[in-house]
Amino acid sequence: MRSVEMGRSVGELAEEADRAVAYTADEMMSVAASRVLTDGAVCFVGIGLPSTAANLAKRTHAPGLVLIYESGTIGAKPVHLPLSIGDGELAETADAVVSVPEIFNYWLQGGRIDIGFLSAAQIDRFANLNSTVIGSYDEPKVRLPGAGGAPEIAASCRETVIVMRQSRRSFVPEVDFVTSVGHGSGAGDRDRLGLTGRGPSLVITDLGLLAPHPGTLELELTHVHPGVEVEDVRVATGWDLKVAEDLSRTVPPSADELAVLRQLRTAG
Amino acid sequence: MAELMSLEDAIERYVSDGDCVALEGFTHLIPFAAGQEIIRQGRRDLTLVRLTPDVLFDQMIGAGCASKLVFSWGGNPGVGSLHRFRDAIENGWPVPLEIDEHSHAGLTNRYVAGASGLPFAVLRGYAGTSLAQHSGTISTVTCPFTGEQLAAVRAVNPDVAVIHAQQADRDNNVGLWGITGVQKEAVLAARHAVVTVEEVVDELTLGVGGIVLPSWVVDAVCVVPKGAAPSYALGYYDRDNAFYEEWDGISREREGFAAYLDENVYRAPVRAVRET
Repeated sequence: MRSVEMGRSVGELAEEADRAVAYTADEMMSVAASRVLTDGAVCFVGIGLPSTAANLAKRTHAPGLVLIYESGTIGAKPVHLPLSIGDGELAETADAVVSVPEIFNYWLQGGRIDIGFLSAAQIDRFANLNSTVIGSYDEPKVRLPGAGGAPEIAASCRETVIVMRQSRRSFVPEVDFVTSVGHGSGAGDRDRLGLTGRGPSLVITDLGLLAPHPGTLELELTHVHPGVEVEDVRVATGWDLKVAEDLSRTVPPSADELAVLRQLRTAG
Repeated sequence: MAELMSLEDAIERYVSDGDCVALEGFTHLIPFAAGQEIIRQGRRDLTLVRLTPDVLFDQMIGAGCASKLVFSWGGNPGVGSLHRFRDAIENGWPVPLEIDEHSHAGLTNRYVAGASGLPFAVLRGYAGTSLAQHSGTISTVTCPFTGEQLAAVRAVNPDVAVIHAQQADRDNNVGLWGITGVQKEAVLAARHAVVTVEEVVDELTLGVGGIVLPSWVVDAVCVVPKGAAPSYALGYYDRDNAFYEEWDGISREREGFAAYLDENVYRAPVRAVRET
């Protein structure tokens, strides 16, 4: 890296950028999520945080990213951030529009999707997700919208990435309901269940990044965002969070990433 | 062959108390006018089927039309919770609501089985989730060729499917395009089909992703311009996103919801169409 040759560490550069442009924790999260999407990848996109990140990636480093929404729009190129997964603009800008049975059976179950982007109300240490109920199913404290496309996205994409804000309410020792399987109860579970995709590879929050430990598949903290300390993340986690030996600090959003993100939001 | 008739007559003839009724439209072409006519005619004890019970089903559930809901995602897209849906599930108001809950892939395949004349459909799904424990229509089946265990979902065959489309031609063939969701499967799985359309044209002018439902698989065609509003009809009008956001406030309390229903459904002889 040229700047390192000039005698400044990545950390120093990060601090400099940090001072240069102010940004929110949510913006850091969206930018970090966009960075995991590589140019040319085929991405199954949920609405909300995942859609923001995917559209940001497509407008920055990954113009060839293929966006697929569960409404059956393949290769959508929305100018505005859609409010729902079925906005008219998605159909009008798509390479192809197919039925809902087709998108789930041929494209998702058929193994044609590289990466699935999900969010949820609760996540546990093995990245199992709950978007169905808080409390018991029969007498819920909070009734959430439910599964939608998530269980099969979690099952069948080659890998999944989860984007959600981190707190003790959402990062829980055990989810109240397993809507979508992450790594089940640990190594070997996905194979045993016959799930074809590799499962969650990364969890991106407003505080940092968590990834499954290669051996146990339990989530561990691999990155903290600028200005966040390990203790902040522990406090926002409902289990005894493990920290990776090579813990790193996330590179802050560049001026370009922030500008595109903000433009997306105001245009949306 | 489909018959051209008024929406009032079509609902009167094809939707009865106790029926299983699918109203489909995946964020696009949601049959709001037809659903509100079902409310206006005071139907009760319906089993309502829909992948995405959103604002329309919030209205129907809050009005007390349904005793059972078959669904896979119940929310106000991009906005948040459905308050009437939650009140029915959490508090049994205005009547208790039994639910049969699926994933989109699962419920979609229930329609596919229904349309295909099969008793069940097979998919890779539900393994390891809590969903199967709470539904009587999810099971497993072993592949006779590979021995692999897969999910099985029971066919759904509604008494009637209700959808909205952009066009019908003079022979009552129905054309729809854009995001067409599971409408074809719902119509072919159901015993009867009622279709509202924006207009009747000499020749269908299908856009992207267009499909045709021949007249002989449809029972009633009703001309209802803006029949999908506040959702949208590609090529005709846009989604009224502001209304979806307003719905959160309108529906939050029972009283406000009742006032809305009274003014916009019960006391509206012809469905009041909101200009956007």
